[in-house]
Amino acid sequence: MVSKKIQQFDPVANLQEIEEKFEMFQILNEEGEIVNQEVDLQLSDDQLVELMSRMVFTRILDQRSISLNRQGRLGFYAPTAGQEASQIASHYALEKEDYILPGYRDIPQIVWHGLPLWKVFLWSRGHFVGGQIPEDVNVLSPQIIIGAQYVQTAGVALGIQKRGKKAVAVAYTGDGGSSQGDFYEGINFAGAFRSPAIFIVQNNQYAISTPRELQTAASTIAQKGIAAGIPSIQVDGMDPLAVYVATRDARRRAITGDGPSLIETVCYRYGPHTMAGDDPTRYRTSETDSKWEKKDPIVRFRKFLVAKGLWNEEKETEVIAKAKEEIKVAIKKADETPKQKVTDLIRNMNDGDLPYNLQEQFEIYAEKESK
Amino acid sequence: MAQMTMIQAITDALHCELKDDENVLVFGEDVGVNGGVFRATEGLQKEFGQDRVFDTPLAESGIGGLAIGLALQGFRPVPEIQFFGFVYEVMDSICGQLARMRYRSGGSLGAPVTIRSPFGGGVHTPEMHSDSLEGLVASQPGLKVVVPSTPYDAKGLLISSIRDNDPVVFLEHLKLYRSFREEVPEESYTIPLGKADVKREGKDISIFAYGAMVHESLKAAEALEKENYSVEVVDLRTIQPLDIETIIASVEKTGRAIVVQEAQKQAGIAANVVSEITERAILSLEAPVLRVTAPDTVYPFPQAEAVWLPNSKDIIATAKKVLEF
Repeated sequence: MVSKKIQQFDPVANLQEIEEKFEMFQILNEEGEIVNQEVDLQLSDDQLVELMSRMVFTRILDQRSISLNRQGRLGFYAPTAGQEASQIASHYALEKEDYILPGYRDIPQIVWHGLPLWKVFLWSRGHFVGGQIPEDVNVLSPQIIIGAQYVQTAGVALGIQKRGKKAVAVAYTGDGGSSQGDFYEGINFAGAFRSPAIFIVQNNQYAISTPRELQTAASTIAQKGIAAGIPSIQVDGMDPLAVYVATRDARRRAITGDGPSLIETVCYRYGPHTMAGDDPTRYRTSETDSKWEKKDPIVRFRKFLVAKGLWNEEKETEVIAKAKEEIKVAIKKADETPKQKVTDLIRNMNDGDLPYNLQEQFEIYAEKESK
Repeated sequence: MAQMTMIQAITDALHCELKDDENVLVFGEDVGVNGGVFRATEGLQKEFGQDRVFDTPLAESGIGGLAIGLALQGFRPVPEIQFFGFVYEVMDSICGQLARMRYRSGGSLGAPVTIRSPFGGGVHTPEMHSDSLEGLVASQPGLKVVVPSTPYDAKGLLISSIRDNDPVVFLEHLKLYRSFREEVPEESYTIPLGKADVKREGKDISIFAYGAMVHESLKAAEALEKENYSVEVVDLRTIQPLDIETIIASVEKTGRAIVVQEAQKQAGIAANVVSEITERAILSLEAPVLRVTAPDTVYPFPQAEAVWLPNSKDIIATAKKVLEF
């Protein structure tokens, strides 16, 4: 009797069967060769070049941000090198009307979505002007509470759906973030309302020092989509074309009313967790680093484009020079922003009249500031 | 005018706002077809449709996130947290996110969300249903906290809360939902947030209270009246921000005061009221300002409510201490 029952339903076999279905989706291998001919990219030569330019720009932005941070000219900064395909190619599949809810590492996406670089630098330094979002830019400031952006994304997506807009809400988190309750609640709410959301988990292998394996026994993070009953996919997060196609297809499903998707991008951050004293040599080896460096998204995409005759050293040098110049101008603009006053902070607390306590404190600080 | 219980007045306020502003959305656990576990949203889904009044999965944090996201799309969400004891699940969404939205965006984004939630003791609820946790949210910059004690106040304050462009936590006392009826205008009207209400005028002592303790204070005032004490009862109505003007004017008139809350002594907001009075009107005081509160234990097992919750007798005893100081 017992053995018969096990034959009818074997939970171990069931799990294996499910996990085997989550094969990593890849289009471009490490040599820059197309390994998946079935996918129709639908990207023009100009678009491919634009995507590469943005990735190179973003690598330079990361390098400059790290050195500006070391010089004390930037504050909080979470390095992005290695994640260009995951961040930039996913963003490249979005439209202006889409709404992005970034985590703290997702500065590049909101920059390419229209948030001026100088504001992003002010956000890093800790200045309220960095949080002032221009009206036509659909982004929030980077979210520090890991997971909060996921439940909020479910709300933005439901709002988009109720307004009848052809747009999506997009959230990013990391592998560690997939352990949060808000991660599950976010994807589950969006699933229950069938609202147009794309949830991206950038699995960069480490949550500070804690390796991916310690977050969950699940063999992929993508399969967590099953718990919410939503389509999910694991993609090679170092492959810009795979990330682009996965995001583009999720967007198409979302705007045609088919609900949310979960995308796990398997990638790597070359740098530390943040610039606030994290030392990755404490928890990962140089062998691991070099294994992932061979997968570099920019290297493989460069090989692909050079072979197609779409990219050369001259073009790359041009992008690098442009990036450095724009960063210089943005830092200067950030420097020129007036210092914050307590009265500014008080004014930003409420719409309209201040409550009595803030009114009183406003007057006290206005007096102080006038001296 | 119609005779309404507080819960009917709340339903009526929601009805008014759903009708007047198409951006108002009402949602939460069982607020739709069921009309809410206390019937606060009765009939609203039928009249305004599932697009405006809808149920959610059972997850308070998700509800908070939903409200924030909908606000970012220009809606005016009125989510419900079934019992305020469950607020711990959604503390980040309320205090870590909602309350800070306008500030962190440098004033560029607002979150006009009104969180409705019942609380309060005296009806033998199970664990974590009746806890008074208003002190937690009152200490968070960026939130307003409203606690009505009458049907008339509930309607006017809820309409004001919904129309406020910043987040409001609107706490509804379970025991007051159906305990009495009052004349409530059928049309829409507002009561300004941050304004207390003198429920009974007096000249010997001021009693500051909110929620169910307003009625206990009125009962106590009546008993004290028989002993020839003239008692002023001030219903705070909004506990954050406080109506300093009304509080201080009352203390300056009577020279004596007590603050009454259902929450434990280490919780609630009574200590704030005492501080404000001592900072602003110490020269008017004939006696120290004493507090009537619950003991500093976890909220009682249902059978112990009667001996644990503060009531009119405790108020009378404390008022006399101050009167005879």
